[in-house]
Amino acid sequence: MPPQDFGAAAKTAPSALAVPRVVGRLRSASASERREWLLAFCLLLPALTMLAVFVAYPFLRGIWLSLTDTVIGREGDFVGINNFIKLWNDSIFRRAAQNTFVYTGAATVLKLALGMLVALMLNNLIGFKRFLRASMLLPWIVPTVLSTLAWKWMFDPTFSIVNWMFYHLGFIHVRIDWLGGPVVAMWSVILVNVWRGTPFFAITLLAGLQTISPDVHEAAAIDGANAWQRFWRVTWPLLMPVTMVVVLFSVIQTFADFQLVYILTGGGPANSTHLFATYAYQLGVATAKLGEGAAASIAMFPILFLVVLFQLWYIRRGGAGKGGV
Amino acid sequence: MGAKRQTSDPHDALTISRRGLLKGAAAAAGAAALGGIPGIVQAGQAPAYPRGTKLHLLTRINFIPAGDKVFIEQAAEFGKQMGVEVQVERIGENDVQARAAAAVVANSGPDIILLQNNFPHLLANGLADVSDLAETHGKAEGGFWDLSKANAYVGSQWLAVPYGVLSNTMNYREDWLKEAGFSKFPDTYEELREVGKKLKSMGRPMGQCFGHSVNDPNSWCYPFVWAYGGYEVEQDGKTVALDKKGTLDAIKLNTAMWKDGFDEGGLSWDDASNNRAFLAGSISVTNNGASIYFVGREKFPDIAKVTNHAPNPRGPAGRYYHMATHSSAVMKYSKNQPLAKEFIRWYMDKKQYEPWFIAMSSYMIPPTKSWFDHPAWKTDPKLTAFRDSIKDARHLGYAGPPSAKASEALAKFIIVDMFAKAIQGTTPEESLKWATDELKKIYGA
Repeated sequence: MPPQDFGAAAKTAPSALAVPRVVGRLRSASASERREWLLAFCLLLPALTMLAVFVAYPFLRGIWLSLTDTVIGREGDFVGINNFIKLWNDSIFRRAAQNTFVYTGAATVLKLALGMLVALMLNNLIGFKRFLRASMLLPWIVPTVLSTLAWKWMFDPTFSIVNWMFYHLGFIHVRIDWLGGPVVAMWSVILVNVWRGTPFFAITLLAGLQTISPDVHEAAAIDGANAWQRFWRVTWPLLMPVTMVVVLFSVIQTFADFQLVYILTGGGPANSTHLFATYAYQLGVATAKLGEGAAASIAMFPILFLVVLFQLWYIRRGGAGKGGV
Repeated sequence: MGAKRQTSDPHDALTISRRGLLKGAAAAAGAAALGGIPGIVQAGQAPAYPRGTKLHLLTRINFIPAGDKVFIEQAAEFGKQMGVEVQVERIGENDVQARAAAAVVANSGPDIILLQNNFPHLLANGLADVSDLAETHGKAEGGFWDLSKANAYVGSQWLAVPYGVLSNTMNYREDWLKEAGFSKFPDTYEELREVGKKLKSMGRPMGQCFGHSVNDPNSWCYPFVWAYGGYEVEQDGKTVALDKKGTLDAIKLNTAMWKDGFDEGGLSWDDASNNRAFLAGSISVTNNGASIYFVGREKFPDIAKVTNHAPNPRGPAGRYYHMATHSSAVMKYSKNQPLAKEFIRWYMDKKQYEPWFIAMSSYMIPPTKSWFDHPAWKTDPKLTAFRDSIKDARHLGYAGPPSAKASEALAKFIIVDMFAKAIQGTTPEESLKWATDELKKIYGA
């Protein structure tokens, strides 16, 4: 798909003027057009209902809860932004916020780099294409809970297979406590996230790579561009729209990650791996303070909203297409 | 009800008529007057629980599988006698509280949940009053231990019926201690440091969990603070009292012990990690329940033979224990509350409780005092340290009253993380200040 298609698609997204425009068109529509629209609406209805019930309602309910002092088993009273003020002064929350940025930033950059590398390799493969593509997806399709439990076992300070291997290969003389130290633990959970998320990047970028016409590369080669120049000046700009979409999804998922950290460390040791989601869970469920838990969860929203806005703006302005070949 | 029951499947055999229903109700009333299930059996008539009634109980997966086996068999027997279906759902212990919280919020779920620690305080709004049941049971069995009552009695009512107390005390390798030149387990924390130093130098370190896990980290950290004269909060339940010289001494000594004597993997351990490490011969001493010993007896008899248990070390202020209590809560939303209470009465009755207690090999201390001299404790002298520990147990949030705030401090791992931070390199003073500040936010709120 040419890159400008993404920009064009984004430009058709609903805007503030869309609703009056639709109403106007509905008034002037013929009977058959109205029937078509009715059918379209009926077809959309299940999806809209799902979104309303499973996305919109929980989200609005979460906002309401964050403004109350609700605890489990008792509806709370409206307390304004008290929960947010309390969180602002909460050292564990600040640590969780800091951890979340480190976790998301490092994991996304690594996933993008590795995903790109794998996609380029797969794109240029001659044999075993299907087999390698299918096997590459394994980390992504295995249920996260199961694969993370396997990682937990591999990181076990006493029985770690990784330590055993490194020790016998002569890389280490004392075992590494993968989930014990604050820095090592954070990098260990990032590693697992990268392992799990790289296939998503790779397969999507591979799909993007395959839409780039070989003619462009040939033309660049004829003009004397070497492999790196062809990647940097041709492939990368043309791939930018796909990359932005993948990064957008990944940032959202990684920023709100829960399962992986909950299983590996529970946020420990000494809160050094707590993320927004795990701390929100600890507040809302383990301490029964649903209002505060909701506030910790909602605190993610403005950040994610800005990320989404930036990326949509970037795509809509056609930045990718203008990247220059 | 023409309530003919067949033993194979009582539901299939139940047909309800108005007259039959009245008869059944009369039988149930008579049974209640005679006293629970024995009365029902004597009346020869199942009580009038509607056809298809299901009773759902949620509990943790027990570290002693034999105990779970007996309990599940007993539940099936109860279901058979009452003409209802009893479902026993077992999940990981760290997930029980989350499931209970979700059930209270959703207003549906299990009828009975076996809650750990002081969670009845945390979930008080979602639990039914079971005072009648608890009072009767306590009175019949010599009264509840203070700790059991502290965790299940909220305000002026019982919100759960104490079920048992899981004691953590010191598990150690007798043979390795002897090889290191120690004929008995050390009595104080200072002496334990010396023992640990020697053991670690022999490649047999002690092991202790400091991760975010529900039992073992708390069972080590809280008693350590208490033994040195520290505690969370004053008797008023509001004034945070952690910032004491004793607490600081405990943190310093623990950090020194960590370097001198502990396996340095413990920061990421959970409740099962030290069990595995001990049974694999990687560690020599750990604070744990008797589960290591029991699994050893079955699967690693050579290790069980040289394993023994000792009381927690003593500090300048005494010897204390944090223990995980377990108690049966009937959920407020449950439409089967009378049946749920009847089931609790049934499995707490000595006729059922005793076989379960024996199957558990004394792993769990019964919540009432009359069991203290039960012959089962004498079958294996290696287990008496667990039984005796109940007398020195303290509730969370000591010296204040038991409360949801103490639960919050526990759930946030404030005391555990205070020790863990110091191990990770934060100064003991800063770790103590951090924990004190966090407790002030909790108790001052």
